[in-house]
Amino acid sequence: MKRVVIWAPVVLFALFLGMAVFRLSNPGSTDVPSRLVGQRLPAFALAPAAPGKPGLATADLAGKPRLLNVFASWCVPCAAESPQLLALKQAGVEIDAIAIRDRPADVADFLRRFGDPYTKIGSDPESQVQLALGSSGVPESFIIDAKGVIRHQHIGDIRPEDVTDILRRIEAAR
Amino acid sequence: MIAELGLAALWLAAALALLQFGCGMLAMRGSEGMAALVRPVAVVQGVLVTLAFVCLLEVFRVTDLSVALVAENSHVAKPLMYKIAGAWGNHEGSMLLWVTVLGLCGAGVALIERRLAPPALMATLGAQAAIALGFYAFLLIASNPFARLNPAPAEGAGLNPLLQDPGLAFHPPTLYFGYVGLSIAFSFAVGALLTGEVGPAFARAMRPWVLGAWIFLTLGITAGSYWAYYELGWGGWWFWDPVENASLMPWLAATALLHSVTVVATRDGLRAWTVMLAVVAFSMSMVGTFLVRSGILTSVHAFAVDPTRGSFILGLLVLYIGGALTLFALRVGTVREGSRFDPVSREGALVLNNLLLSAILGIVLIGTLYPLGVEAVTGEKLSVGPPYFNSAAGPLALGLVAVMAVGPLLRWRRDDLAPLARRLALPVALSLIALAAVLALLGPIGVMPLLGLALAVGVGAASLAPLWGRSLRRTPLFTWGMVVAHVGVAVSLAGMASETAFTRETLAAARLGETLSVGPYAVTIRSVAPVAGPNWTAIEGTFVARRGEGSAFALNPQARTFSRPPTQTSEAAIATRLDGQLYVVLGPQAEDGRWQVRLWWKPFVTLIWLGGAMVAVGGALSLIGRVLRERRAREALA
Repeated sequence: MKRVVIWAPVVLFALFLGMAVFRLSNPGSTDVPSRLVGQRLPAFALAPAAPGKPGLATADLAGKPRLLNVFASWCVPCAAESPQLLALKQAGVEIDAIAIRDRPADVADFLRRFGDPYTKIGSDPESQVQLALGSSGVPESFIIDAKGVIRHQHIGDIRPEDVTDILRRIEAAR
Repeated sequence: MIAELGLAALWLAAALALLQFGCGMLAMRGSEGMAALVRPVAVVQGVLVTLAFVCLLEVFRVTDLSVALVAENSHVAKPLMYKIAGAWGNHEGSMLLWVTVLGLCGAGVALIERRLAPPALMATLGAQAAIALGFYAFLLIASNPFARLNPAPAEGAGLNPLLQDPGLAFHPPTLYFGYVGLSIAFSFAVGALLTGEVGPAFARAMRPWVLGAWIFLTLGITAGSYWAYYELGWGGWWFWDPVENASLMPWLAATALLHSVTVVATRDGLRAWTVMLAVVAFSMSMVGTFLVRSGILTSVHAFAVDPTRGSFILGLLVLYIGGALTLFALRVGTVREGSRFDPVSREGALVLNNLLLSAILGIVLIGTLYPLGVEAVTGEKLSVGPPYFNSAAGPLALGLVAVMAVGPLLRWRRDDLAPLARRLALPVALSLIALAAVLALLGPIGVMPLLGLALAVGVGAASLAPLWGRSLRRTPLFTWGMVVAHVGVAVSLAGMASETAFTRETLAAARLGETLSVGPYAVTIRSVAPVAGPNWTAIEGTFVARRGEGSAFALNPQARTFSRPPTQTSEAAIATRLDGQLYVVLGPQAEDGRWQVRLWWKPFVTLIWLGGAMVAVGGALSLIGRVLRERRAREALA
């Protein structure tokens, strides 16, 4: 009995070491995945984010699979992913967007400079819909199937190498 | 040139640490020639590493941007105080401060320590050098603070603005003296295990060093809590953040050690347990350093994260903690059992104190590491927050405070319950009166704050009891120290309970001219205007607060924008009154022109830090009292 007690601290320390080594060899990602993947979109109805572009409501996101892009005109990676969004649009993907904490004039300027792949853009000035979606930053993109269920969440900007994967997932969501 | 001098001093100090380690081990086995060498080498090592640190301060003072560390963490346009504080506001600099304190501690033991038997002292200094060696290697191989940059940049990247605060100038160094000061207790324990000499002499020799480190830890934690309270603008004083826990855990272990070492010194009991605690206390410091420096836990304290450095420190942990725990397991059999005592006795209360402190330490450790363990096993990400810590550690902490009230009223070795009950009658009565008064006058509040307030009153009274019926002038200074520290705990507890139960909060979007109420105050937002400082610009609100019919006073919270690095901080405006603090934060402006404003009225919140400071002062009185008594005892012998 006494021997067990004496060696217990060493064993506990070894346990701690195991955890630390695990964590050092698998540096955790800081991405926060949404818990809504696999579930229906939350209900929302957003006002237009840019002049001449319609706003976005949950009811609009049904009928066929599409990409829901969460972006902002003030976000540099959002500008960086715009060529990939345009390519997806070219490939026939329908893309809608939510502009986070933005101003209409800035959004319009952003679309002029970086191209406009979007069908509809809703304005989310207080990030309320963004939080309801479980999105923790911009840019993020959600693949929504024809029934309005979130099938996939892409965290961060869409890189050129991600395009085929997203096309495949859109295809799978049909 | 200064940087090269610093690097050279660091290499020499490392070489001397190697020498000190070797000589210490040989001297422990009886080599007298080696023994003569150990003390001077330890002193010179301390001087050299201090020189290296002074060189680092100098390159930061003159903003020598050809030193990579300065370029990355300082800026020409920074106020002088923050240029110097920037020296330890980064990874390399803070690790250099770490070894500097380690070296100074070793030099201190070498210069002052006269009570320990020579072999034990040699083993202790050898162990201290062994610890230092690992951290020198870490600095010189993986974190050279003096690395040059070519070409040198024109102005430097700047220091995180959150750290540009007087609090930063003192908080980390204070904490480090505490963390690293515990290394002496660790080395003493290793020395004792190697030589098998654990007894009252060992405990009396170790006690002042533990006390000294513990005072610095207490001050560092108290100052850090206040810094977070006013600088982060959340109005909270403790967040159970992993980095805060990293400082709390050594403190808990050191507090337990402080009390158990007294049992060894006075009654020669709890020998093995005390040695274990001495190992655990500094181990907690090292684990804390590892958790903070490797970035394996997510924290609001954004330190530079580097897995290579993490692996290096982990290697040092294996060597030192693993080594010491194994040594303990192998050698504790040679530590003879100390004397026995009755459950109802001063020793009994101190054992209970130690058990409760250890349990709280366990709770904090488990809560801090739990997210890591869960992710390793199931891959799920989660964080452990205040609900766990408060509900798990809170009741134990209240129990601990109650034991603290009883302990000093008990006699050593054995005591009876009847006289104890008589001694406790008044404090218990006061507690019950306080309980009834709070319920009657202030209405229903949470159970924990209610118990906290009632206990604080009773414990405050009971803590003064050791002075009852004594001539205050003849009472030894260390008894005064205990009384002041224990009353400080009661004061701090009262502040925590009051803040938890009675804080009033108002969050509003307000137009200029609008008046908001919070607690007893009416606060009007008068104007918002831009202002500029040496390296920041800000919008500053002018708020006018008035309590009932009292005179009005102005408060000026700011939302600051720093240029290098581009960061925004919130400077809360805090008005301190005798019965609490009014805390005002100015947030961003909404699109409709209203300002987001947060107001808090926090009754008696200042008691939290006042109590913390009293605990530290009590420790200092106790330390001075012990040192003076020993000096007198030595003079009487001589």
